[in-house]
Amino acid sequence: MARLSISHLKKSYGDFIAVDDVDIAIADGEFLVLLGPSGCGKTTTLRMIAGFIPPTAGSITIGERDVTALPPWKRHCGLVFQSYALFPHMTVAQNVAFGLEMHKVPQAERGPRVAEALRLVRLTGFDDRYPRQLSGGQQQRVALARALAMQPQVLLLDEPLSNLDAKLRLEVRVEIRELQRKLGLTTIMVTHDQEEALTMADRLVVMEKGQVRQVGTQRELYEKPADRFVAGFIGRSAFLDGEVTAPGRFRTAGGLDMVCAAAAKPGPATLALRPERIAVGGEADGLPNRFTAKVEHASYLGALLDIQVALDEHDRMLLQIPNRPGLTEPQPDESITIGWAEDAGLVYPRGA
Amino acid sequence: MSAGSPRLGRYVLNGAAALSLGFILLPLIFVTWLSFFRQEIPSFPPEGYSLQWFAAAANNKSFIDGFVLSLQVGIVATLIGLVLGVPASLALARHRIPLGPGVSTLLLLPLVMPGIVLGTSTYVFQIEVELATEIPVMGSLGGLIAAHTLVVIPWVVRLVTASLAGFDRTIEEAAQNLGAGPITTFWRVTLPSIRPGIVAAALFGFVTSFGNLEMSLFLVGPGRTTLPIAILQYLEWKIDPTVAAASLIQIVLIGVAMIVTDRYVKLSRVV
Repeated sequence: MARLSISHLKKSYGDFIAVDDVDIAIADGEFLVLLGPSGCGKTTTLRMIAGFIPPTAGSITIGERDVTALPPWKRHCGLVFQSYALFPHMTVAQNVAFGLEMHKVPQAERGPRVAEALRLVRLTGFDDRYPRQLSGGQQQRVALARALAMQPQVLLLDEPLSNLDAKLRLEVRVEIRELQRKLGLTTIMVTHDQEEALTMADRLVVMEKGQVRQVGTQRELYEKPADRFVAGFIGRSAFLDGEVTAPGRFRTAGGLDMVCAAAAKPGPATLALRPERIAVGGEADGLPNRFTAKVEHASYLGALLDIQVALDEHDRMLLQIPNRPGLTEPQPDESITIGWAEDAGLVYPRGA
Repeated sequence: MSAGSPRLGRYVLNGAAALSLGFILLPLIFVTWLSFFRQEIPSFPPEGYSLQWFAAAANNKSFIDGFVLSLQVGIVATLIGLVLGVPASLALARHRIPLGPGVSTLLLLPLVMPGIVLGTSTYVFQIEVELATEIPVMGSLGGLIAAHTLVVIPWVVRLVTASLAGFDRTIEEAAQNLGAGPITTFWRVTLPSIRPGIVAAALFGFVTSFGNLEMSLFLVGPGRTTLPIAILQYLEWKIDPTVAAASLIQIVLIGVAMIVTDRYVKLSRVV
């Protein structure tokens, strides 16, 4: 296994910039997830690492070797495709042995290595089956075994779970993560599924419109989102547009003044609040920012209640309050008190 | 309308299908029947049955020579057609080629062109080539094979293009990711995946070449006749059931080839 570093990586198609100046360094044995909405450039980045798309600029280094100009078959990185891409005319064992054969592993060594790879993914005894005789989850594991058998320097996973049903997805998530830890595999996974990303990654890279918005651990991304996009994309946030009037002071578009430690430079800004930082009803007593809000809409989501409230004509926000026994959802037009502490909100300048 | 009309529709459809099938099978049935007649001049009802015409066909030197020539020409033309047609199909299916649709139509054209037109034009072309280059093309074996290759190519292009349409290219990427270069990827992954199309193309190409009469009539040289021409020439003088027997042998051979192929490749899936 090896380190991987991507520096100033760029891909443009004519005027369209798919990946824009991406810089990422992945440590040996680290599980990094590229996360973002579709079209954010995460798959393009992964395909550039695998060598299927030539970058417009920048470089990719695996271990000590600059692989930017190398064709895919010389990069030695195992890729698990979204569609699995098993060879339909070969058996499971032949599929797994293919990479070994290509890397000129002696015949005598191949058998044990195929068996070992299949054992790792718990498919011992499936050697002679053809891909069409396997379920989706089994095919997925063959694809993983095939990539692992050739002992790649990095493992690349392209939305590997998106074709599995929900229950299986949870199981395979854990399996892949355990295998990755056990083997110390340097891994990059691409996904648009936030929960999947949060549960599997050591670190995450949030991408949007071809650019890296933030790199960090789950906690860093949730507690200190670098910009408004990350604040809305990782977990939920309630947003209030307005302006910073003075350091520590924020005024909403509707003219409500509030104290906010994060407010620094005066100018147009957005205040972002995590739902668990907003107190409702009696819990809001004594907090510096305390408002009466009118309920516009409430939905019951099981563990949570989603409540859309209006502070005034201009200022609307979405609250999430945890469900508990005896709690009834507020009715439209009901007034509730909400409040938050001075250090609860994060402020992002607007128009910057 | 009453509830009976969908059923009526189905009767009409089945009837039409049976009628069409009859049109195709009836001549085959009659040829088969005729080849066992005892009398020399075919007339109904038969005077008796005999296997003598099979012996006559098997001992007819021009039939045997024709069969061997047709077999040679068919095999060589099919191989050349594959070597030219498979890469052409790959290029057409995968790359943006200038005038791509035009090229594709051009390659399929011999399939819809009347045999006589194809024969005449190839004949004139070969004469012109011979006049221009002084290489004896006309009436040569090479000239005949070249012309037959022309009717094999459309089958290859059509069937291979069809199997490429359903081909998942990520398996080629998977092969490259596992360390296979482009050539290895082609032989180990691409080719096996389109094999059904190639096998079917070879079969249909060969059968088309083997049975070709119109074009071959223009192009065969002295002392060089294909089986269909040998049969035609025989029919000019005699109408005894030898021809029926020879035809039946051909039908059986082609039928066996189809059945054997179908065991390995489901023809109904490719064609």
